[in-house]
Amino acid sequence: MYAIFRKELADHLSSRRFLILFSLVLLSAVFAIYIAIQTIRGAVSPTSEFIFLKVFTTSGETLPSFLFFLSLFIPIVAIALGFDAINNERSTGNLSRLVSQPIYRDSVINAKFLAGLAVLGIMIVGVVAIVAGLGIRIVGVPPNGEEVVRLLAFVFISIVYAGFWLALAVLFSVLFRRTATSMLASLAVWIVFFFFVAVIAGAIADIAAPIDAGATFEQFTRNASIHGNLSRISPATLYGEATTGLLSPEVGTLNPAQFVMSSYAGRMANPLPLQDSLLLVWPQMVTIIALSAVCFAASYIRFMREEIRSF
Amino acid sequence: MGQLVVETTELTKRYNGFTAVNSLNLKIEEGEMFGFLGANGAGKTTTLLMLLGLTEPTSGTVRVCGMDPTRDARDVKRQVGYLPERVGFYEDLTARQNLQFTANLNHMRRTEAEEKIDAVLGTVGLARVKDQNVGTFSKGMKQRLGIADILVKEPRLAFLDEPTTGIDPNGIDDILKLISGMGKRGITVIFCSHILPQVQRLCSRVGIMSKGNLVADGAIDRLGREVVAAGKFRIEAELEGVGPDVIAAVRGVKGVHEVDAIESTLIIAAESDLRGQISRAIIESGALLLGMKVEEYDLETIFKRYSSEA
Ligand SMILES: Nc1ncnc2c1ncn2[C@@H]1O[C@H](COP(=O)(O)OP(=O)(O)O)[C@@H](O)[C@H]1O
Ligand SMILES: [Mg+2]
Repeated sequence: MYAIFRKELADHLSSRRFLILFSLVLLSAVFAIYIAIQTIRGAVSPTSEFIFLKVFTTSGETLPSFLFFLSLFIPIVAIALGFDAINNERSTGNLSRLVSQPIYRDSVINAKFLAGLAVLGIMIVGVVAIVAGLGIRIVGVPPNGEEVVRLLAFVFISIVYAGFWLALAVLFSVLFRRTATSMLASLAVWIVFFFFVAVIAGAIADIAAPIDAGATFEQFTRNASIHGNLSRISPATLYGEATTGLLSPEVGTLNPAQFVMSSYAGRMANPLPLQDSLLLVWPQMVTIIALSAVCFAASYIRFMREEIRSF
Repeated sequence: MGQLVVETTELTKRYNGFTAVNSLNLKIEEGEMFGFLGANGAGKTTTLLMLLGLTEPTSGTVRVCGMDPTRDARDVKRQVGYLPERVGFYEDLTARQNLQFTANLNHMRRTEAEEKIDAVLGTVGLARVKDQNVGTFSKGMKQRLGIADILVKEPRLAFLDEPTTGIDPNGIDDILKLISGMGKRGITVIFCSHILPQVQRLCSRVGIMSKGNLVADGAIDRLGREVVAAGKFRIEAELEGVGPDVIAAVRGVKGVHEVDAIESTLIIAAESDLRGQISRAIIESGALLLGMKVEEYDLETIFKRYSSEA
């Protein structure tokens, strides 16, 4: 497996595809950070806690935050690295040669997945490190210990999230013969999860628990609760919640109803201690890992017993 | 008799009710050069895939080097080199890098692999372009690289699926020489093809597939007789009138296997072209001979007959 892993890694790192995407991610990250820093200066008092984390989460008036950019780019890069993993080998006639070598067939999938994940890891760590470095220079405040741990947890969960999209893309590359099809299928799933799920969940919530002019507090929370819980079908929602929990400690809850309650009451809770934040995002993380495992298992089941013809 | 390296019993593959390979019983001995003939769609590739464990048989058993290719996939693949029908390489790697990757997958040590790769690239005549990207190679060069790819792993068996399709005549000649070279190295070769002369040139033994059935299997020079059970030559003799005497007389000729009479024509199956002896026998028996025709059942005829049926 190591031989395939090494080759895939080298392929990715030297590919134009990766270079273009990485530059794009880097550019938008730096841009977002610049805007964020402009905004932070006016927004926070020097005594605020977790200023450093704000570098990642603050959005400008017109530009979204670094966090938003990252949550946008992780799926795109992961799909770009995985959508043709298997079917490209098939159409170039390499797959027949590959699976007739003395290797376990699953090591082809494993190696491709791990190589993609390694590249995504390098990218995420790299971008976060660059942004953090810029943040220290410009804000002039080094992160405290807790902020470092929160950032590391954030990097970890981002890699896990990237792993989900990679596993999905690899699954489609096993299911579909044509690379164009597998790319479109991956992108379609991404669009549904990223844009539509929240909209549809909102529509369903409004039908199930309508909010009219004289809505009571209960009606508000019920609506929010349905909306929030339905949105959790989407890994994009889960990732959003997890990163919020980690990088915005002042958000004390990820429970949609309670969240409405606290903002309704017009006050935010005191920042959550680190341990509580980690506990808070634990279910989100486990769910994302489980979803990746499902995609991975499906690729296995399909690929392991499949007939490999050279056309 | 040498050791059996390939053995199938009642091997069958069906695709949604369509039988691609039907109850195949095939035995191949170590060191044989086996020609696997058949028109397109006859089931050759499907058979190879089952021998390699790249598809599972519907029923029947496969043994390659005494092992089951589905269960002991890795051990079988260590011993078998496979040249797929449409072989492909990583186009943005050089010939040498492609082979290096194969060597890595076969856990060869680096220095050993490098020597080996240089040697086999020399053998297949690609030494001068070994550091060129495979994307620049012609079909014939890629096919030769495919053979090098097999040689690198020093297999006991080589399965070659239509290795000469889409290649110009000179290229075909090179490839046939390389395949013959494989045989000389002691590699057992299964050479799949739909082109009889190429197979005849290399193989001592052939099997002919037709619509999933192995319709003939044997040494190339004996095959004609085996297929037409009664003999290799078919002689027709037109007579003025046919009686039991003349049939008995023709039967008595040495080398004649069978005699049938259809109206006033005798259909004779014989070992060789016995027109002289047969005509003498007919005349001596008192019958009148009007004319004779001979048809040879050579491999070509047989193969053509099966190919056109498919
Ligand atoms: N995956 C498949 N599904 C259905 N039919 C198939 C499949 N693969 C091959 N066949 C059929 O099986 C037959 C044998 O194919 P193949 O072994 O490739 O023939 P050959 O290699 O002798 O040309 C063909 O008629 C082909 O159409
Ligand atoms: Mg074929």
